[in-house]
Order: sequence, then structure tokens, then C-alpha cells
Amino acid sequence: MINTIPIHYYLWLAAILFSIGVLGVLYRRNAIIIFMCIELMLNAVNLVMVTFSSYMNDAAGQVFVFFIMAVAAAEVAVGLAILVMMYRNTKTIDINILNRLKW
Amino acid sequence: MVSIELLTSLVPFFPLLGFLIVAFGSKQLSHGATSVIACGAVLVSFIISIILFTHLLGISTGEQAIHVTLFDWISVGNFSASLSFLVDPLSSLMLLIITGVGFLIHVYSIGYMHDDAGFNRFFSYLNLFVFFMLLLVMGANYLVMFIGWEGVGLCSYLLIGFWFKNQAYNDAANKAFIMNRIGDLGMLLGVILIFIHFGSIQYSEVFPKATDIDTSTITLITILLFIGAMGKSAQLPLYTWLPDAMAGPTPVSALIHAATMVTAGVYMVARNNVLYALSPIALELIMIVGLATALFAATIALKQNDIKKVLAYSTVSQLGLMFLALGLGSFTAGIFHMATHAFFKALLFLGAGSVIHAMHHEQDIRRMGGLKKYLPITFITFLIGVLAISGIPPFAGFFSKDEILASAFAHNKIVWALAVLASLLTVFYMFRLLFLTFFGKTRADHHTLEHLHESPKSITLPLMVLAILSVVGGFMGVPEVLWGSHWLSGFLAPVFAPSSKFIEAHHLSHATEFILMGTVVFFTLVLIGIAYHRYVNKNHVPAGDDQPLGTLPNMLSNKYYVDELYDFIIVKPLYWISGLFDTIIERLGIDKLVSTIGNSVVPLSNAARLLQSGGIGYYIFVMVIGIVVILTLAVIR
Repeated sequence: MINTIPIHYYLWLAAILFSIGVLGVLYRRNAIIIFMCIELMLNAVNLVMVTFSSYMNDAAGQVFVFFIMAVAAAEVAVGLAILVMMYRNTKTIDINILNRLKW
Repeated sequence: MVSIELLTSLVPFFPLLGFLIVAFGSKQLSHGATSVIACGAVLVSFIISIILFTHLLGISTGEQAIHVTLFDWISVGNFSASLSFLVDPLSSLMLLIITGVGFLIHVYSIGYMHDDAGFNRFFSYLNLFVFFMLLLVMGANYLVMFIGWEGVGLCSYLLIGFWFKNQAYNDAANKAFIMNRIGDLGMLLGVILIFIHFGSIQYSEVFPKATDIDTSTITLITILLFIGAMGKSAQLPLYTWLPDAMAGPTPVSALIHAATMVTAGVYMVARNNVLYALSPIALELIMIVGLATALFAATIALKQNDIKKVLAYSTVSQLGLMFLALGLGSFTAGIFHMATHAFFKALLFLGAGSVIHAMHHEQDIRRMGGLKKYLPITFITFLIGVLAISGIPPFAGFFSKDEILASAFAHNKIVWALAVLASLLTVFYMFRLLFLTFFGKTRADHHTLEHLHESPKSITLPLMVLAILSVVGGFMGVPEVLWGSHWLSGFLAPVFAPSSKFIEAHHLSHATEFILMGTVVFFTLVLIGIAYHRYVNKNHVPAGDDQPLGTLPNMLSNKYYVDELYDFIIVKPLYWISGLFDTIIERLGIDKLVSTIGNSVVPLSNAARLLQSGGIGYYIFVMVIGIVVILTLAVIR
């Protein structure tokens, strides 16, 4: 049933999701938004993987997706912890405040 | 019953084992235990050598040799080398000398070194030396010989600089090592050439092919090998290390710098007798170098006042005589003289050591004299040694020296005359040494005289054994003219058989030989008389270092200024060149280049680090642009 929808529909959707993610990361200054945009990019990639996995009858793609989801969950845990620390120290989550990460 | 092959490989094994035990246990082992282990190891090797020797004597048919291959060591392409041993009459004779004389000197060292802090270290070095020397003479190919050749050089270095707190001794050790390296380079090149032209380094494969190679190649190989022998056996122009090597303890001088290591060159030439026989030019060169060295060193010895220096120059001179014999093609005479020389020169050195020991490390013969009543055993054995080296019949030196002189006479009358001159000079300086040390009034100070005593048994016993050997050692080669059969030449004949085809044998009539012997002995006695008159009747004592001498004596006592000459033509220019490299190439060239690069990086990085603004949005932007560029490039491909 899933195969009745042409593959390029899925790919376009994934590309758009990914682009939104990229633009969000580039333009937004709120660290939580950036974080969500990164998740969006990851899910766009997941979608591509699942699509190809289904169209090519190969389970490897879906196995990868599980791994990516596990890693993403771990990343969220660490990332949110960092954000909490950041907020405690600077009382803001604007990334442009963190401009001393140089030299 | 163990096989003869196993016994053969055990000969070098025991000194190695002794070395390992003494070296690793040097902190724990008592002096007594070290003495037993070190001497025991060499004694066992000596006993095995005797068994091998009798085994060789027992072989009546076929090849008189024992071949043992322990394992294939290197096998690369068409090059292969095995750790293999060859015991034939020549190496068997060497084995007996090395382990026999070596054992006596080990025993002697127990007494001589008893209160030295480095007692255990000393014995570990001695055992290591014996091991390498055995490898040198037992090796069945050039590589094993070369390992031994380098190994004995190393031990020589370690033992010359044994008392390393004295900088002069360290310098002497360095000098010996560097001089030997010059020779060793020639040796190594010779071995490489042998491999290139013969395709093998195994004696048994090289020697039969010798006639197939053209003479000029053989000449090149043999001369290169002889350069190695020049270094190791202290021939002109590389001899200057040997007199300085006397810095080592006296047993070392006796073992390494008189009896065994310095004769390695003689052994090597004798081992390659086939190659040398095919190259008349190389033989001629050896003869000239040997003769020149014999004369040169003998004249220097006339004016030396250090008891060990006299013996050192005497060793150089006697080695020259051995090479003269080899150069004349009478390999047997060279080996014969090497064997008898091992006995009487070891005896003389050990006797000198006994004197030095008794005199509390006084080595200047001007402060000795009249010692014969204080050190009777040392005196008698030393006298025997002097008689032997002077060639008084029937002592050992007479027969071997006479054989060399006879073959020199048959070859060329001038060579003979010069060789006789060298041996007469030997007579004079040896008796000068004897008379100044043991005869006349004593010139030692009161304090030394009070403590003057005959050396302990462990010192006098080896002296007595060596004295007996110096008396009877010559009987292994009594010539036919004296109703003997020259057992040694018969024994060594299989080794020298391949070369005898190419060297015409000299035959002197018995009458001529008698006249030659008579002449030499007569002049020897005359010179002893002169020396006696000068140094005993007139009590002549060599002048002190600060008193002026005539031109020639001054030249002699300064050893012809050879050290100064080498210093001037080699060492000084070397320092000059290295100074030049230091200031121009190192400081102006390399240093400048490196600092320029280093200095130019700093402003560059100062500019580049501004790229790190610290803004996260900027970083992410650059990262995304980078990924896009990379992906675009990948797609375009």
C-alpha cells in the first residue's frame, strides 16, 4: 500500500524537512529551537532511510533508523543538560551570548 | 659418549656462560665464586680443546677437520650465512693457545686483581673476550670470524679502559677502538668483495674457487683483508694504539695485547693462505709492512723506560716478524712463531705484572734494579722469557725465529739482513730491560723496598707453567737440520696444502742453515755481552725525562713523533673541518633555515586565529557552507 505513493514524494518531503531544519539552525538564536531543528534534520534523514528500506526490501535501513533514534535520545539528554547549565550561568539561552568560545 | 660436534660447539659456549653468570651476578657473587666460575669456564673449554686436538690427531684418512653447523642465521636472496664452526689443525692449535694461555692468565688475574673493586667486572670481560676470540678462530665463514673480530675489539676497548676513572686510560681505549675501526672497514669491504665475486662466504666454498677469479680481484680482496689485520695486529701505520693499550691491567696486556687478539691478523692471513698465495703483490706488501714494522718498533723499544711499553713495542716488532714470515709464503713459520710468542710474551707480561704488583704499581725501570733477590721466582721465569724471545737455543723463540730468518735468507739476502737486525735489536732491548729491572743496585725508594715481596702462588704458578712452555714450546717445530722432524709443519700441512702449489718451496742446504744459525746466535751472545757491560758493569741508568738527549735517542724516546704526526695530519684537520661545519653549515645554514620557517609561522597564525570569532551561529553557518561545497563537488564528480 505504501508503494502506491511514488518514491519522489517521500524524497521531496524529506528534502523540505531537512532544509527547514538547516534554515532554522542558521537563523534562530534560541538554543532550544536550534535543538529542535537538529532533530528535524535527523528525522528527515530517518524518513529517507525508511523509504529506501521499504522500496528496496532491505531491513538494514530501518535498523539504522533505530540506532539514530537511540543516539538522538542520548543527544537530547546531554544537550538539554548543557542548556540547563547555560541558563543557570547566563540567565538566557541566546547562543550569541556564548561568544567567548574562541582562541 | 657425546658426539664430537657437540663438544665443538661447547668450546665457545662455556666462556659465554661464564660471562653471563659473572656479569649478571656481579653484585651478588663473592670474589671466590667469580674466580671459580670464570677460570672453570675457560678450563673446561681447554679440556674440550685438548679432546678435539687428540681427535684431529687420530684422523688419519680423509679430511682432517670437524664441521659443525648450529643453525642458518641469515638467508636473504642468494646470500646465506650460517653460524657454523670449523675445527681444523690451524684452529685447533689456536684453540689450545687461547684456552690454555687464557686459563693461566685467568688464574694469574685472581692474584693480580684481588683487591680491585671491579674484580667481578674484570672477569666477566675476560670471559667475554675468550668467547669472541674462540668465535673468531672457530668460525667456518667470514661472517662468524668478523663477529669474533669485532667482539674482541670491543673487549679490548672495555679492558683497556677498565680503570675508567682515569681519563688518559679512556683516551687510550678510544684510540685503540678507533684505530681498529679503520682496519675493520678494510676487513668488511674485503668480506663483501669476497661475497660479490665468490657468491659465498663459507671458507669451504670460497677457497676451491680461488683459482677461477682473476688475480687483480684477489689482490684487492687480500689487501683489504690485510688492512683489517694491520689494525688488529698493530702493523704500520695503524700500530700506535697497542703501546697505549698498556693502560689496561697487566693480565689484559698479556692475554689480549700479546698472546691472542693481536695475533688474530696472523691467523686470518694464514686462514686465507690460498687467496694470498695467488696474489704475489699482496704477499710482497705483507712482507714489506711486516719487516718495516719489526724494525721500526724494535728501534723505539730501545729507548722506552716503562716496563710495559718496552714489551708492547716488542710485541709490535714480533708481530712484524710473523707477518714477514707470512709474506714470504712460509705460513707455518708465521703460525709457529705466533704460538711460541704467545708463550714467552705472555710470560714476560705476567712477569712484568708480578714486578709491578710487588713494586706497588711502579712501572718505570729507572726506579727498579736489583730485584732478583727479592723476587726470585719472577726473576727466573722472566729470564727464561727473555732468553726465549732472544732466540737462545734451545728456548722456544730460537726455533721459530730461525725458521723465519731461514726463509727470509732463501728469499732475499737484504730482507734477511734487516730481519736479523730487528731480532738483534730485540735481544738488546730485552736484556736492557732484564738488567735494569733485576740486576745491579736497587733504585727503588725506601718505602717500596720495605713492602717488596714475592707475589702469591696464583701469580707465580702461571709464570712457572708458561716458563716451562717457553722452554719446550719450540720442540714442536725442530727443523730437519737439527735432527728433528718439524712436527708442526706436518700437522698444519692439510691447511696450507692448497696454497703450497702456488708458492715455490725454498730449500737451503743444511750447511747454509747451520752457518745462519751460528751467525745469529753468535751476534746475539755478543749483544748480550754488550748489554751486560753497559747496564750491569757500568750501572748505566737511562736519563730522566727532563734531561736532554741526543737527536736520535730523543727521536726514539718520542716514538718518532708518530702520534704527533697523526695528530697534525688527521686529528687537527678533522677538528678544523668540524669547526667549519659548525660555524658555516650548522649555524648559518641549517639554524637560519629552521628559525626562519619558525619565525614566519608566528605572524601567519596571529592573522589566522582571528577567524575564530567565537560566535556559534557563524560556526554553524561556515560548517553548513562547507558541507554544501563538499557535497556539490562530490555530485559534480
